[in-house]
Amino acid sequence: MSARRSPTARSGARATAVAPPPPPDDAAPTSPEPEAGPRTLTYREACREGIRAAMLADERVFLMGEDVGMYGGCFGVSMGLLEQFGPERIRDTPLSESAFVGAGIGAALGGMRPIVEIMTVNFSLLALDQIMNTAAALQHMSGGQFHVPLVIRMTTGAGRQLAAQHSHSLEGWYGHIPGIRIVAPATIPDAYGMLATALADPDPVLVFEHGGLYNASGELPAGAGAVDLDTAAVRRPGTDLTLITYGGTLPMVLEAAERLAAAGVDAEVLDLRTLRPLDDVAILGSVRRTHRAVVVDEGWRTGSLSAEVAARITEHAFYDLDAPVARVCSAEVPMPYARHLELAALPTLEGVVAAAERVLRGGA
Amino acid sequence: MTADTPTQAPASTPGFRDGDPPEVRLLAQMLLVRRFEERCVELYSAGSIRGFLHVYVGEEAVATGVMSALEPDDAVVATYREHGHALLKGMSARAVMAEMYGKVTGCARGRGGSMHLFEAATRFYGGNAIVGGGLPLAIGLALADRLAGRDRVTACFFGEGAMAEGEFHESVNLAALWRLPVLFVCENNLYAMGTALARSESETNLAVKAAAYELPAWSVDGMDVLAVAEAADRAVQAIRAGGGPHFLEARTFRFRAHSMFDPERYREKAEVEQWKQRDPIELLRGRLVGQGTLAEADLAVMEAEVAAVVDDAAAFAEESPLEDLADLELYVHDPASSVLRRAPLLAAAREGVAP
Ligand SMILES: Cc1ncc(C[n+]2csc(CCOP(=O)(O)OP(=O)(O)O)c2C)c(N)n1
Ligand SMILES: [Mg+2]
Repeated sequence: MSARRSPTARSGARATAVAPPPPPDDAAPTSPEPEAGPRTLTYREACREGIRAAMLADERVFLMGEDVGMYGGCFGVSMGLLEQFGPERIRDTPLSESAFVGAGIGAALGGMRPIVEIMTVNFSLLALDQIMNTAAALQHMSGGQFHVPLVIRMTTGAGRQLAAQHSHSLEGWYGHIPGIRIVAPATIPDAYGMLATALADPDPVLVFEHGGLYNASGELPAGAGAVDLDTAAVRRPGTDLTLITYGGTLPMVLEAAERLAAAGVDAEVLDLRTLRPLDDVAILGSVRRTHRAVVVDEGWRTGSLSAEVAARITEHAFYDLDAPVARVCSAEVPMPYARHLELAALPTLEGVVAAAERVLRGGA
Repeated sequence: MTADTPTQAPASTPGFRDGDPPEVRLLAQMLLVRRFEERCVELYSAGSIRGFLHVYVGEEAVATGVMSALEPDDAVVATYREHGHALLKGMSARAVMAEMYGKVTGCARGRGGSMHLFEAATRFYGGNAIVGGGLPLAIGLALADRLAGRDRVTACFFGEGAMAEGEFHESVNLAALWRLPVLFVCENNLYAMGTALARSESETNLAVKAAAYELPAWSVDGMDVLAVAEAADRAVQAIRAGGGPHFLEARTFRFRAHSMFDPERYREKAEVEQWKQRDPIELLRGRLVGQGTLAEADLAVMEAEVAAVVDDAAAFAEESPLEDLADLELYVHDPASSVLRRAPLLAAAREGVAP
């Protein structure tokens, strides 16, 4: 790659292809260039536009993974990007998850800003060693000398009858690992704006896109750009109880809140957004106001993200609670194929409403 | 195995009669796989089959030829593109179709679907949707046979895409090092989803690549079922004679999309059309009719018998019941596990009541 004119409006200066990484700082991250007005996009398009903006803003950014180029991405996220950016920066890889995730780590060390796409979280297990034993640990192992500014995007979740090797929600599991940040965009502005912030992060960031959200559409406001990756967001304010969730289950939980509203219950809905580190300010603040909490998580109950959230609430807000914390999670089975079994294994609207009603009764 | 999913013995291949030349059975088997999958595609469009559906249309000669060299006691490990392998291993069309419908009469009681067909009785070990995931399993099966002193072979099928995964390299090395009785069958259909072979392998001669692990490795025309059968037969005989693992690359082509939805932006229509000229079923049919082994009337009978089996499988699947929702959490632990015995006690403890 030769040096070429930086396409950002910011500087208009010439940028070299391999610039040294900027020192980590707390300044606002590079915003993707905002479009003129608000527009309606699908979640898939928002992810794509986020990648496009990041690639235009910084020549060090490239996308690498299986079928991201010629095929257009297994979920169509990167459709058209190969034509715009070429095969050096939209880089198809063989089926070699461990190698190309590791290569992403190396490229990040070498001053690039890679976005590695793993088709789904299920296949990320073939790269788990690289993610955990290298990406997450390198900074600490090296006494702070090496930083891994790597972004790994992957699809997560069930709901499409893809059975036990294509349906799991393992983001909570990744949330166990110190040294990485875990984010789960649930809205169009987050699907668009989280990537820019993740790329500006000096440490590895894992982005979990729920497969059930790709076709959802919504508005990207005028001037939308980078969003923070530190705070949870109240998606619906309320006073009677807090429904805590993230990612793919947010739309269902918002619907459950409406169902509860029709019955006279004013539920607050908290979207965690970042799963590691958890925003204790938002979680505990909300529960201290409402005194009741239900955690909804598509992962399995045992050792899950919901377990972590519930534990923090009992550790730090126990005396503010009017009822035990309730959880709505997936049944403890590998995801079954048959429609009725899969639906029975997953959190449901009815299950969330029932858990909310139980908590409102004091847990009985 | 449940009583209502009887295993269909390979001998009962529709369209094949005892005394017919073996080539006729190969033709009938390929036809069954083709017609079965064509019906699956229709049923997918009708919404009766869901999830991912990967069909083997165009590649039938590979599994048909290889399986003709196996004994019923030999094991098969396949991928998510395995409906044909399941049928050829002797699983009933009913049990496979019912699984695709997610019915309790399916070979995995509706838990697995299209990508996860299994049957212990026929030694069909799946049905693996993790690319490369079946290879380590296959060498383990072969290791067990070796340790138990059993004279059996394990055939492991995988796509050429899997050859880029570490699992391939680790497994083939181990199998060769320990001289395990495994037949590795690479179904090289030239594409891994949208990635052409030359865009994923530094060495596109896959037999040469495999041979680096010091095992006999060669390629065969995967559209010619007789050539595949002969090559597999030689390999299986050598393996049974203690010759260690063998690697066979079958050069073939998938005529349809990777799964049900695929815009196929990555290949030219002309390339697909060119390969369709070498349709393995047409090749063998032409040969058998040309040499007078089969008459057109025989082919009509074969088609009718195959159609009857497929109709019967679809009707059976349609009418079959769903698994009881109360049984959702079955098959996570073995029924003999103390985990299950203690579960009610633990639930009661959580509720704070006496069990
Ligand atoms: C470890 C892993 N990575 C990615 C995938 C997604 N995927 C499913 S099939 C496939 C292509 C595999 O191609 P190949 O091995 O050649 O088999 P074919 O589909 O051509 O029969 C990919 C990338 C997967 N299932 N498992
Ligand atoms: Mg292939």
